[in-house]
Amino acid sequence: MSPPADIILEVDKLITSFETERGMLRAVDQVSFSVPRGKTVGIVGESGCGKSVTAMSIIRLLPQPAGRILGGQVRFKGLDLVRASDAEMQKIRGGDIGVIFQEPMTALNPVHRIGRQVAEIFRIHKKFSRRDAWDAATEMLQRVRIPDPEKRMMDYPHQLSGGMRQRIVIALALACKPSLVIADEPTTALDVTVQAQILDLMTQLQDEIGMSIILITHDLGVIAETCDEVVVMYAGRVVERASAADLFDHPLHAYTRGLLQSIPTLETPSKAVLQTIPGMVASLADHVHGCRFCQRMGRRSSVSNERPRFAEVAPGHWAEICPLCTSQ
Amino acid sequence: MLDVRDLCVHFPVRSGIIPRHAGFVRAVDGVSLHIQPGETLGLVGESGCGKSTLGKAIVRLLKPTSGSIHLEGTDITGLNQRALRPLRRNFQMIFQDPAESLDPRMSVQAIIEEPFIIHGLGDRANRRKQVHELLDRVGLPAAAGERYAFEFSGGQRQRIGIARALALKPKLIVCDEPVSALDVSVQSQILNLLVELQRDFALSYLFIAHDLSVVKHVSDRVAVMYLGKLVELAPAETIYRDPRHAYTKALLSAIPSPDPKVKRAKILLEGDVPSPINPPPGSAFGHRMSHPRYAETIGADLSLGRIAPGHWLAADPCCISNEDLAALRKGSGTRQSPA
Ligand SMILES: Nc1ncnc2c1ncn2[C@@H]1O[C@H](COP(=O)(O)OP(=O)(O)O)[C@@H](O)[C@H]1O
Ligand SMILES: Nc1ncnc2c1ncn2[C@@H]1O[C@H](COP(=O)(O)OP(=O)(O)O)[C@@H](O)[C@H]1O
Ligand code: SF4
Ligand SMILES: [Mg+2]
Ligand SMILES: [Mg+2]
Repeated sequence: MSPPADIILEVDKLITSFETERGMLRAVDQVSFSVPRGKTVGIVGESGCGKSVTAMSIIRLLPQPAGRILGGQVRFKGLDLVRASDAEMQKIRGGDIGVIFQEPMTALNPVHRIGRQVAEIFRIHKKFSRRDAWDAATEMLQRVRIPDPEKRMMDYPHQLSGGMRQRIVIALALACKPSLVIADEPTTALDVTVQAQILDLMTQLQDEIGMSIILITHDLGVIAETCDEVVVMYAGRVVERASAADLFDHPLHAYTRGLLQSIPTLETPSKAVLQTIPGMVASLADHVHGCRFCQRMGRRSSVSNERPRFAEVAPGHWAEICPLCTSQ
Repeated sequence: MLDVRDLCVHFPVRSGIIPRHAGFVRAVDGVSLHIQPGETLGLVGESGCGKSTLGKAIVRLLKPTSGSIHLEGTDITGLNQRALRPLRRNFQMIFQDPAESLDPRMSVQAIIEEPFIIHGLGDRANRRKQVHELLDRVGLPAAAGERYAFEFSGGQRQRIGIARALALKPKLIVCDEPVSALDVSVQSQILNLLVELQRDFALSYLFIAHDLSVVKHVSDRVAVMYLGKLVELAPAETIYRDPRHAYTKALLSAIPSPDPKVKRAKILLEGDVPSPINPPPGSAFGHRMSHPRYAETIGADLSLGRIAPGHWLAADPCCISNEDLAALRKGSGTRQSPA
């Protein structure tokens, strides 16, 4: 079954696991969501919940040989990326799917000039001549609002600030006018004023190019400001999925509510006791048959040995539901 | 409680293959502030603006270049490590990544007990009892004492760091980004703990963070720092409701709100934070914005002055309204350390 026309990417029951000394670890456990054309889908959750592994599975950059996709599909423009050949994936990465990571230096080569690195994308993916690639790269730096692009082309990455480097990475990711950009914590390492610049830039470029974005972040503020739809992950699973408006307006799952209530906002009374989620994020190494969040809350799941059903509670609003914790 | 005046911390910059003196990093450049007993002063600003350096100088992990630090009336500015030792129990520091400050080869018991041993306090049994009380106080089981710090999660390690800082009943704790590395659900646990401990022990905090919502939550007053200097200082509620400095305004407008219905107009800054190595001679923020009045600020006194009770603002023509500037210039007699 191919996805409906307005869906660019469909992740369907994706399972990814790691071989560790303690056995198989399911980092991504039947994750499903879809990305509409031209929209931004946020993935939020605490560290270790499987956000990055989900992203890495989609673009097939899992650490080898430990990481393996055990099941599910990732449908992108009629192609199942899980089963695509390595050659196909190489063409797609940096081509029709752009990738932005938290740390710009993972995408940049410290010993090459900026210009050469951006131009290379055009040479590889578009087979441009040296000359045309250089011009296209200069134009790309301009597009990501880098002042003095001709001069910056001659710089090495370490000569630029963190914010400027992240702009270069965005230029790399967008060079081939991708249909999808996956951005994994793209602003987490940046100061809040620089974060605002980068998020604003991404939104503007989305308007210009029309790409879809998967934005991975642990920051609910960033999600609320930039995303159309949100996927909430907990311990390798999607516990809730909805439009941003619905999710923030009436979160259904206890974990989502816990997250939202535990962050102080500018409106929270000073020094008031904040809500907390007791315990710690579940360890993926422990085998849990029922609900992982119940386990954290130290209660027996009502459906003890079964994973709670993931259901559409309201139109477009999905959650793991079970009477103990999901109110409606 | 704490009174800091005109504090400067400059680091020599060395460059070249044969290291030679190439100027100074003016990490902290003329900061004055004070903290009252039981009060939290929040300190915000972009990375590299000098927050950690200021915090470390205050607890004298660094030697100030000039200026003064008085703690409960005692001048600790120039004291050497030996003279500082008996005073150290009064001021402590906790860090963003407690793992860095906790020795991985020591048990949690040994880590928390160390300050008692350094200060020659209590016998073994007594120390053990105190450690158990401290662990309990920060929400860890007594059994945690037998284990090693690396066995704990980030939030629990921060609890261990707090227990150690609390050991000698300090009066002031400099908290340097204590929750920045933690997940939100754990962050709120630690914030609650810090607020509770402050209430119970009348602690003063200098609370450094880059998350402005967190700072607002815990602080009584907030100081905003830009490139080594304070640009605004006011009661927390005031500074968020009525910021007067252009940089404070930009910083506040940049906070992403976790409510999609709130659409704050963002003030997007051009360019980057300038380098504290050979900073611009005038207003650093005016320079970043290429402000037309920048020339006026070269050589001018840009220190804080009072525009309203408790509200202090840098007299910088590039960054504040003409009315505020006129008010500051008229009342220049009151221009001294924020009191
Ligand atoms: N290379 C690896 N080897 C083993 N386990 C891994 C590896 N990478 C990630 N994991 C595990 O997968 C889980 C999810 O990690 P990740 O997707 O990076 O989380 P996050 O949501 O913080 O991005 C973690 O619990 C982590 O322990
Ligand atoms: N020991 C040091 N030697 C030289 N420069 C330093 C040292 N410590 C900090 N700096 C510089 O001082 C400036 C302020 O640093 P810091 O106080 O860590 O800022 P913040 O905590 O606000 O991010 C930075 O430019 C930093 O590079
Ligand atoms: S009550 Fe149900 S949905 Fe809630 S945490 Fe437990 S199993 Fe999960
Ligand atoms: Mg990650
Ligand atoms: Mg710091």
